[in-house]
Amino acid sequence: MSPMARTAPVPAATDPAIIRNFCIIAHIDHGKSTLADRMLQLTGVVQQRDMKAQYLDRMDIERERGITIKSQAVRIPWEVDGTAYCLNMIDTPGHVDFTYEVSRSLAACEGAILLVDAAQGIEAQTLANLYLAMENNLTIIPVLNKIDLPSAQPEKYAAELANLIGGKPEDVLMVSGKTGVGVEALLDQIVRELPPPVGDPNAPARAMIFDSVYDTYRGVVTYVRVIDGSLSPREKIQMMSTRATHELLEIGVSSPEPTPSKGLGVGEVGYLITGVKDVRQSKVGDTVTTFHKPATESLGGYQDAKPMVFSGLYPLDGADYPVLRDALEKLMLNDAALVYEPESSAALGFGFRVGFLGLLHLEITRERLEREHNLDLISTAPNVEYEVTLEDKKIIHVTNPSEYPSGKIAEVREPMVSATILAPSEFVGAIMELCQSRRGILGGMDYLSEDRVEIRYRLPLAEIVFDFFDILKSKTRGYGSLDWKADGDQVADLVKVDILLQGEQVDAFSAITHRDKAYAYGVMMTGKLRNLIPRQQFEVPIQAAIGARIIARESIRAIRKDVLAKCYGGDISRKRKLLEKQKEGKKRMKMVGRVEVPQEAFIAALTTDESSKDKSKK
Amino acid sequence: MTPSVLPLGDPAPADGILPAQAAVGAASRKFSLYAHIPFCAVRCGYCDFNTYTATELGGGASQDAYASTAVREVEFAARAMTASGLPQRKLSTVFFGGGTPTLLPAGDLTRILGAAVEQWGIEEGAEVTTEANPDSVTLESLQELHDGGFTRVSFGMQSAVSHVLKVLDRTHKPERVPQAVAWAREVGLNVSVDLIYGTPGESLADWETSVRTALSYEPDHISAYSLIVEEGTKLAAQIRRGQVPNIDDDDHAVKYELADALFQAGGLSWYEVSNWSRTPADACQHNLAYWHGDDWWGIGPGAHSHMGGVRWWNVKHPTAYANRLDKGESPAAGRETLDADTRELERIMLVSRLSEGLSIDTLGPAGRHAVAGLIAEGLIEPLKAFAGTLVLTLKGRLLGDAVTRALLP
Repeated sequence: MSPMARTAPVPAATDPAIIRNFCIIAHIDHGKSTLADRMLQLTGVVQQRDMKAQYLDRMDIERERGITIKSQAVRIPWEVDGTAYCLNMIDTPGHVDFTYEVSRSLAACEGAILLVDAAQGIEAQTLANLYLAMENNLTIIPVLNKIDLPSAQPEKYAAELANLIGGKPEDVLMVSGKTGVGVEALLDQIVRELPPPVGDPNAPARAMIFDSVYDTYRGVVTYVRVIDGSLSPREKIQMMSTRATHELLEIGVSSPEPTPSKGLGVGEVGYLITGVKDVRQSKVGDTVTTFHKPATESLGGYQDAKPMVFSGLYPLDGADYPVLRDALEKLMLNDAALVYEPESSAALGFGFRVGFLGLLHLEITRERLEREHNLDLISTAPNVEYEVTLEDKKIIHVTNPSEYPSGKIAEVREPMVSATILAPSEFVGAIMELCQSRRGILGGMDYLSEDRVEIRYRLPLAEIVFDFFDILKSKTRGYGSLDWKADGDQVADLVKVDILLQGEQVDAFSAITHRDKAYAYGVMMTGKLRNLIPRQQFEVPIQAAIGARIIARESIRAIRKDVLAKCYGGDISRKRKLLEKQKEGKKRMKMVGRVEVPQEAFIAALTTDESSKDKSKK
Repeated sequence: MTPSVLPLGDPAPADGILPAQAAVGAASRKFSLYAHIPFCAVRCGYCDFNTYTATELGGGASQDAYASTAVREVEFAARAMTASGLPQRKLSTVFFGGGTPTLLPAGDLTRILGAAVEQWGIEEGAEVTTEANPDSVTLESLQELHDGGFTRVSFGMQSAVSHVLKVLDRTHKPERVPQAVAWAREVGLNVSVDLIYGTPGESLADWETSVRTALSYEPDHISAYSLIVEEGTKLAAQIRRGQVPNIDDDDHAVKYELADALFQAGGLSWYEVSNWSRTPADACQHNLAYWHGDDWWGIGPGAHSHMGGVRWWNVKHPTAYANRLDKGESPAAGRETLDADTRELERIMLVSRLSEGLSIDTLGPAGRHAVAGLIAEGLIEPLKAFAGTLVLTLKGRLLGDAVTRALLP
């Protein structure tokens, strides 16, 4: 077993032959951050006293949810057979919403640790990332984690991994991030198995951006992997997608605290600081070169982030609108995938239509806005972007049901996804039933092992953005996992269902649904609202309509009595306090025509039962 | 009557001295006395008032010693009011509530009343009421109350229907009520009866029977309260367990409308949301003092008091109450001093419940702005509003709290 390296290789002067760049592919909860923590400790880059759980996950939300949203890169020294090596661990996000970020992180590595929980086996998202890694020709080191757990089944899952990547079960490493067992052997294995980076040190500099983070004190910190040439301090750099140039104020490596260096050479991983204040000026996937000796060809693979899911975000208290606007602006500095524009709703007031990569991105963004900016928000039911062709051939893109044109529609196209679901085989029937009810088309089915099956479906994105994952989880008793990627679009028979309160349309509740599901949506929403909206002094009809046609109807009877019979023995204080409370409650009401609708009714109506029950899913 | 849960407020000093605000303008306000008698033969299932059965208490808080303890608070009150700079005022009204005041010997009640009259004096023809359970009075005890200064008795009839009384845990026999009413008349007391509607299991016909029966006794005054299920009562637990059906506001509304129609036909007019009287003079003056925001001192455990925008309330438990007074300390548990806005809110909340109405001129811009809408919704009398007074319609009485909310800024 190797001790920690006595002398660490110096950045900018490191021979590529002793560099190993790797990432860890793992599902949430499979122990990636714990393993990374253990590596930092074993290699001595983080002193015992500085150690805190999930050292690399810097955002509170990351620590709490046990997930990594933004990736990080750490330079670790490790000695094998008397040679000091330089290991760069590039942490990757694990969620399907961030597939593009994952692909860029993978492109920065020569190898990947495939980390799987020995008690749970591989999950769909991990499988998806594994495919990406294999596509990038990465060398895979299969590892089973948590072998200390009593419920671990290392033999079963080692066979599963070997089957997947084409090796022998005996080659699968067994570790416990918790106890540290097997971690040193894993570090040795990384040095021995992963190829060193290859690049031309004399060519014009080309470095790929795999992450870009906004820091209040330092501005945007850009994480790069140098492919060719080298970057040095005080050099002018250029972004190849935009040709924008920036002064290089600082260059260095994370070990794991940022440490300035004399530069970065071929195969090295580090950070750049240019004084830029917006991550959009330093985009993930872009190629960095030098201004004075620019490369002619970028590294390729760059894409603009494309939002897939849209939702209206509104402050509960209308007075918080400016706070929300500033908060979104700030968040945008650190999230190149976030897009938003102001919108207003008759029911909810002023807010923003925000585009997200997926549902988790939505949830995390909303949670960060609420937590970091002390906001109470209502988010409308998420929807996708529809392409509507009118009879006059005009094409409009609809991201908000209230913008859906009425009449004169020639064709509507909706985005599709190809979804992969992994689950124990006993749930196949339930999963197929669910996908079928969501207009899915079965693409195929494979057994990963005797009792684990991979099912592939092509589904409308709209059918999976709301509550699909929650239902999948409950139908598979928590064992089912889902991965999806965009897969073109299709023509669909869609209609807009409006909800009317006392004849007044409530835009927040409008939904675009398949014609066959419009009735069910109408019945569900009118029924929900009937129970959520308190009785008024007059009868309130609640209707669901497609255009002028009413498809469902409920009604709230008029309240007949709203008076306290007596004041007990002169306890006026009690009556007054009750009244003050009611008055306060009235302030939190939104008026829809003459109908007072409590904020809670909006929130409850826009929330699925499952997601309100279990906020910490996924 | 005092509720079981006390409000949260500021601490009250042991010497009972009131904030300066209490004395401002006091000379022009009436002064009343409320005396709480915290005893009942049995606790009713719906009741969350501060009351105890005979077996629950002993020592200085016992039924036997209670009159002496209450008299001690009367004396304490007189000293504290003088020390707080309040002018000497005669009693305008006195009301004994409970619990069941008539569980105490009539002599105890008249002794407490006598002590109060000795301290403050009493206005000529002042109303002095006691609540009474129909089966805890006799001709003799009523005579003694009358001779001791009482002018009015309010019987807790609640219902004329046995199965309803049973749900309410009322022990009296319905046929006992006309007897008690007749005795009260005989000795010269003004008579009121209390009814409760909306008890679980009470049909509309049951309620009609109760209303007609009450009217047949030709009382001078009727109070009709909808049943309120209070947290922590036996009835609340029974409803939670599904042993009795829950109460229903719509049922209450129908019964209120029926009662109002029958009372009117029987010659009684409403003067407050839950109170009807044969003539304006028969309206309960003590009750009106509450709605008018007059001053009153409430003696007894858990009793509430009010002086010029200062509200306070006594400790709840009779033993703690007696101990405080034994030490010469104020029995107040807490108090609040209302600012001008809160007093105005209370004024709107209280006066709007009365048939005499609320002067629209006294309302702020928000309140005046709401008037037209209230007329449109049929909640206030249009003609009265044109003449400058806000008076609730029948529909408005049922939605009184909504009207108040509409009038608040």
